Parts: sequence; structure tokens; C-alpha cells
Amino acid sequence: MTASQVALAYLVASVLFILALKGLSHPETARRGNLFGIVGMVIAVLTTLALAKSIWLIVGGIVIGGAIGAVVARRVQMTQMPELVAAMHSLVGMAAVLIAVAVVNNPPAFNIPDPMPRGNRLELFIGTFVGAITFSGSIIAFGKLAGLGKHFRLFSSAPVVFKGQHLLNLVLAIVMIGFGLGFFFAGPDGQWLPFLVMAAIAFVLGVLIIIPIGGADMPVVISMLNSYSGWAAAGIGFSLNNNMLIIAGSLVGSSGAILSYIMCRAMNRSFFSVILGGFGAAEGAAAAGGEQKTVRSGSAEDAAFLMSNAESVIIVPGYGLAVARAQHAVKEMAEKLIEKGVNVRYAIHPVAGRMPGHMNVLLAEAEVPYDQVFEMEDINSELGNTDVVLVLGANDVVNPLAEQPGSPIYGMPILQAHKARTVLVNKRSMASGYAGLDNPLFYMDKTMMVFGDAKKVVEEIVKAI
Amino acid sequence: MHGAIDPTIINLTVFVLAVFVGYHVIWNVTPALHTPLMSVTNAISSVIIVGALLAAGAETLDFGTLMGAVAVGLAAVNVFGGFLVTQRMLEMFKKKERKEGKREA
Repeated sequence: MTASQVALAYLVASVLFILALKGLSHPETARRGNLFGIVGMVIAVLTTLALAKSIWLIVGGIVIGGAIGAVVARRVQMTQMPELVAAMHSLVGMAAVLIAVAVVNNPPAFNIPDPMPRGNRLELFIGTFVGAITFSGSIIAFGKLAGLGKHFRLFSSAPVVFKGQHLLNLVLAIVMIGFGLGFFFAGPDGQWLPFLVMAAIAFVLGVLIIIPIGGADMPVVISMLNSYSGWAAAGIGFSLNNNMLIIAGSLVGSSGAILSYIMCRAMNRSFFSVILGGFGAAEGAAAAGGEQKTVRSGSAEDAAFLMSNAESVIIVPGYGLAVARAQHAVKEMAEKLIEKGVNVRYAIHPVAGRMPGHMNVLLAEAEVPYDQVFEMEDINSELGNTDVVLVLGANDVVNPLAEQPGSPIYGMPILQAHKARTVLVNKRSMASGYAGLDNPLFYMDKTMMVFGDAKKVVEEIVKAI
Repeated sequence: MHGAIDPTIINLTVFVLAVFVGYHVIWNVTPALHTPLMSVTNAISSVIIVGALLAAGAETLDFGTLMGAVAVGLAAVNVFGGFLVTQRMLEMFKKKERKEGKREA
């Protein structure tokens, strides 16, 4: 194949990748979109294989890696999607670093002159450090999401903060750029030392950047790492002069950036305040000392009675539903209520759960028809004339303090559960939510708390209806 | 104007245009599909595997080709895992549609 033919095949693959993302604009076209993506990938890989001079290592890598990927994709639980996505980001990051090492080792294998020109060095430097940060940052995010904090403190879902953290990060970043410039100006003999030190610092930085960010900010973190993995791929594309890699990388990079923006907007927080981390650590202690207020708590039977006599019920799912894996039980409950003539709908807050769209996937898994599932903007006006709102394992996203000037979460868009005629809240305990704030919703006269694991409670409700 | 265009400039042109395309395409993605969006972008960014293929496919077996082989393996996990898990999720969104259709019929 000539270089031009290769470039044309890559162009076809790039267009297919764009169509893959375009398909996601609607559930009906999404599957076809995914197919476009697969075809694009096959074209890209086969074209490149035609350039390879020996294929044994390649076959080995694809067989082993592909088998692992296929098994994981089949076995993974929908509640574990955030962990899976984080793990996959880390692989892209690591692959970028390894490719960069191979390029430094033998530029001619990539059609780059030896010694490598300065321009390629700069691009390689960028691709490497973004890849390294993506790798180690995603490992930390994975640990936090998988709840490994008990075994290893860096994985704690509470922010890990220490004095001088931001200063340390800044100094490390500057030193890293220094070594990167060293690599940029180095001749072919002295290039390994600055390259490796730069990569090592980037790995450390990835860890340090993610540890201060707490569990409920994970939707932002995971989108941000998604973005980084794309920029890393684009960086490698620059250094290999491969337009397809640049296009695919920029698509992914902008996708992650937009998701981060949407998530930040849904929490009314700036991207920087999320990245600087530490949120929820200090406020938590302060809220614990508040005065004792009384809550009304009831049984699952009471909840069942209230809901089956209502005309309309809106269910607000949150992270607690994912932890308890209660989605199937919820769907069963909704079906029973619908049989009784109750109008049942679901209200999804953009940051409910641990990643963008987390709740939608769980409900889809339980085969909840998607015309019953509404985004926040579409259903908020309905909450006021709803008989019963059932909040399942959500807290901050229904906290009316967000509408009170001066509160730490003031301005965060919330689902206005407090406007409904009756509010049922299922939680495991009265512990405050991620923001460390008390939730006045729980103390309202029309609110009834139903304590317990979301799945058990919902199953009891199903029995009682 | 003298000489040929530096390849970096061509790369930059492609990059800037691709970011614009990405921006407009992603804003049209329905929020309900944000999780599949993340898994499919994961699979797409694994097209970095072409770099790994070049490294692993070099003539002589050395340190660089081994690095390339490992990178091929890592990226392959994502290529297969990413597309398959996306398919699995979208299948769920599809199933409901069929059921709805039957109910309406």
C-alpha cells in the first residue's frame, strides 16, 4: 500500500468514528452508530497491519488483550460501569506512554527520521505526560469507585488532603516541564534520562491530582480523564503525523471536556474548584454539631399504602440505588403501581450516581421504558403537582438548601422534591450527603423517612402493594 | 511563500477542525446515553492501537517492539471491551423499545 492509500483508508475510519458519535443522539440510531465505530476500527487496524513487517507479537497482543476485553465486557455489572470506564481510561494512557517509549527507541519504525526532529520531540513529550497522568489518575479513580479505600488510603473516597498539596503539585508540574524541555533539546545520546524522569513525574502527578477529589465529584473526574485519554491519543497522533489518531483523539477529548462541563454545571461548581478538591471534608464536621431535629419515620408498608393510593408517583434514584443494586426491584414496584393505575415516572439529576448517565443505564438494564424516564429540566415543573415523590438513595440533588442564598450548595440546580404533596425518602441512615450538609427536606412535615437498604426496602414495598 | 508546509501545521489544521466537529456532535448526544458515550469514546480513543501496531510490527525484535506488543495488548482490551460493553448497554435501551412497540400494537 502507498502512503496515500493508507491515508485514505484512515480518512474513511475517521468519518466512521464521527458517525459513531453522531448515532448517540438518539437511542434508535445508537446501535448503528456503534457498528460504524467497529467498522472504522477494523479498517484502521487492517490498514496498519498491512504495513507491519512481522505480525507475531501483534497477533499475541490482540488475542490476549481482546479476550480479556471481551470477557470483561460480558461479565461486568451495570452498577460497575464507572469502575470499568476508569480502568479503560488508564489503559489508553499507558498505551500512549509505551508507544512513546517505542518511538524514542526507534523513530524510523514510525517513519520519523533518526535523530528525531525537535517538533516530534515536543509532541511526543506532550503525548507522554498526558498519557502518564491519565494512567495513574485513572487508577486512583478506579480505586475510589471500586471502594478500595479500606485497603489502601490513597483510594479513599473521602478527599485525601495535606498541607502544601497544591504547591507541591505546581512545583512537580514545573520540574516535569523542565525535564520535558531537556528532552526537547537533548541529542540522541542524552535523551533517555530527561524522557524517563519526565514520565515518572507525570505518573506521580496523576496520583496527586486525583486523590483530593471526593467520591461524589467522580462524574467530573471520570469525564475529565475521558478527555485526557483523548488528548493523549491526539498527542501521539501529532508525533506520528497520523491524522486519524488526531481526529479520534480530539473527538474523545472534546467529548470528555463537554461532559465535565455539563457535570460541573449540574453541581453549580467551577471546574477548578472540583479539580482543587477537598470539597465536603471540612463542612462535614461542622454540620454534625447541629441541633437535634425530629424526623418522621415509617415502614415499607406505610410507603406502599401511600403510593398505591396516589395518582402520581415520581421516583428520584441516586447513588444509593446503584450501591444496593435495587434497579430491578424498583422496576417491579413501578409495574405494580402502574397496574393499579398510578402514573409512575422517574426523575434523573445529571450528577445522580458516579458517572454521567449512570442512572439511565441502570434503569435501562431493568427494562424501564425510557418514556417514563425524564431529565431534570423536563420534570421539575411537574414535581409540584405530584402526590408522592420517592427519593431512593439520593440526598444533595434534592436538598432545598440549594435554593437558599448563603448555603454552600446555593445555586446548584436540584430536583424540587420538596414541592410534592408527600415525600418518601429511603436512606440507610441520617448521615449527611456528600456535601456534608444537613437536608431540610428530611425534617418537613410532609416527609416520611424509610430507613434501610434500598433493595430490601423496595422489595418490602412490592410485597405490601 | 516559500517551501512546503510543515507537517505540524497540517496536523494542527486537522486537530482544530476535529475539535469543532467533536464539539457539535457531542452536544447533540442525549443525556440518557452519556454512559454509552463514555464507553464508546473509550473504544475510539483506543485507535491509538495503530501506533502500537507500528511499534510491535518492526523488523527486529528489541525493547521497542516488546513495548509495542504490550501496548497492542492494552489497547486491544479497550477496543474489544469498549465496543462490546457499549453494544451491551445499547441493547438494553433497544429491548425496551421493542416491548413498547408491542404494547402499543
